[in-house]
Amino acid sequence: MEEAVRYRRERIDRGIKARSDTIYTLASSRDMLYLLFPRVLPIVALFCLPLLMGGSYWGKVIFYSCIFALLALSWDFMASVGLVSLGQALFFGAGSYVAGGFNHYLKWPMLLTIPAATLGGALICTILLVPVVRLRGVYFSMVTLILPLLFAHLIETLEILGGTHGLLSLTPFPNHWLAVYIAVIAVVIVLFGFRRLINEDFGLVLRGIKDDDRVVMAGGINIYWYKAQAIFISAAVGSFAGALMTHYYQFVGRSAFALDYTILPLAGAVVGGPGSFAGATLGSFILVPLSEALRALGGLRMALYGIILIAALAVLPEGIFHYIERKYHQFERVVKI
Amino acid sequence: MSDEIILKIENLTKRFGGVTAVDQISFDLRQGEFLGLIGPNGSGKTTLINLITGFVKPTAGKITYRDQEITGKAPYTIACLGISRSFQMVRTFHKLPAFKNLIVPLYSPRVKKFGGGKYGERDDIAIDLLDDLGFERDSFVPYKVAGSLPHGYLKRLDLARCIALRPDLLILDELFSGMAMSEVAATLPMIEKFNREGLTIIMAEHRLKELFRVASRVIVLNFGQKIADGPPKEAMGKEEVQKAYLGTEVEG
Ligand SMILES: Nc1ncnc2c1ncn2[C@@H]1O[C@H](COP(=O)(O)OP(=O)(O)O)[C@@H](O)[C@H]1O
Ligand SMILES: [Mg+2]
Repeated sequence: MEEAVRYRRERIDRGIKARSDTIYTLASSRDMLYLLFPRVLPIVALFCLPLLMGGSYWGKVIFYSCIFALLALSWDFMASVGLVSLGQALFFGAGSYVAGGFNHYLKWPMLLTIPAATLGGALICTILLVPVVRLRGVYFSMVTLILPLLFAHLIETLEILGGTHGLLSLTPFPNHWLAVYIAVIAVVIVLFGFRRLINEDFGLVLRGIKDDDRVVMAGGINIYWYKAQAIFISAAVGSFAGALMTHYYQFVGRSAFALDYTILPLAGAVVGGPGSFAGATLGSFILVPLSEALRALGGLRMALYGIILIAALAVLPEGIFHYIERKYHQFERVVKI
Repeated sequence: MSDEIILKIENLTKRFGGVTAVDQISFDLRQGEFLGLIGPNGSGKTTLINLITGFVKPTAGKITYRDQEITGKAPYTIACLGISRSFQMVRTFHKLPAFKNLIVPLYSPRVKKFGGGKYGERDDIAIDLLDDLGFERDSFVPYKVAGSLPHGYLKRLDLARCIALRPDLLILDELFSGMAMSEVAATLPMIEKFNREGLTIIMAEHRLKELFRVASRVIVLNFGQKIADGPPKEAMGKEEVQKAYLGTEVEG
């Protein structure tokens, strides 16, 4: 009887020897290119996309994608300390209303409202969340979910900050290009900034808190202080996104606290692959245009959107980015057993 | 050993529901002392360590560290005062390279106070420390992902993590459990050396033979109570201790 020849696929790491994340042994310019390509590609893509789309409807979609990417990045940063947020809308809404409020009541120009909203919004959110930072897992998530809904409700019933009508005719961006490129640059800075920060010693401490907070405490580190710092950084990014959107719309209303600003960034981060920041960005740039493209379908839109989301998670549970990353760093060959 | 009392425990009690895990325990520990903490499984050793290090809040009693009451203080506050502890169950950051596991204590306010260095410098300090504890610098071991290391290395990594905090009081919870004989033999002299250099040590241990080679004093716990306190020979000779260990294996 002839013996059956069996084959097996073997995965091999592409050979750049790395002792740690920071020490590379670069052998050739090919290795350089191998490392540079994945870093340069997203930057080039981000800068070219708005040019290709111009000021059309799809140009606006690029802007929205950036806004949601910022929110997804902000979600991913909190998740990397082990804080699972269901309230990116809180950050977004806080930034939106701080920017809108200063612009509407005090007539501050955009150059002041956006930084004020970034810092002010972050401060407000941090003060609100610090008391519950000791809550574990789902209890913390519940609080983040409820707070934005509470704010929307307060604004409506107390008729503060414009009540149900919102604050109208705020200062617009001089043109679409300025808005979209501020958003693009922000995404690039936050994406690469977070990727770098999380690998520095400060980031190691944050990741340690997620993995095992008892070991971190035994190492003499006040985990609540570091969680508060992570919330502040994360909220600053979310609030900045809110402030941009406020001036882009020239309007801020209760909808700034809407569940959309929680769900879509969360979906983007999860589909793209959490824990890498690149995944959150990629996911947002897939899901936001997709949800716009499905708009034509009317009522079926949400159903189809849901199906696509579930399918994406079923096929690539690790997230799109982690899949691409793995494929890039490994090659497969078929070997005889 | 000096006469200065570094740790004073007074009537310390911890109840979990109906179980009294630590029952009215009192003792003094002097600077530079090497104390063995022994007792059958479930006798309250880990709970006593958790109480001292703030991971568990006492039901009653008082803990004083160098004239400062630390009862009920947060674990990180206590750690920063110089009390460092290991965990009975290995707890390491499995996804990080071994030496990066030491960044957390090196980043603490306590080490920063000593001038703990900047980014990159901390890596060097971590590798130096691991080298001292038998992770040869020139092998790939310190750079390997912690999760891929054998159990014995993880235990020593935990010890390195404790030492990185530059403690004045080191508390080890069954460091030797699961270690091979050769690893125990290699680690014991290191711990002895730390003690000789002035570090006060409390060591909860089941491997009595090894423990008695280094500890000058043992406290024996049984059902949360202190049943003996003194030099190993004397403590083990007590009838109550013999009874507590009856049916369980007594080494040495
Ligand atoms: N978190 C806890 N909740 C309830 N009971 C506990 C807890 N921790 C320890 N115990 C109980 O306290 C007693 C002492 O346990 P422990 O301190 O782990 O003993 P040892 O370390 O000497 O083996 C045991 O009866 C154990 O079941
Ligand atoms: Mg124990």
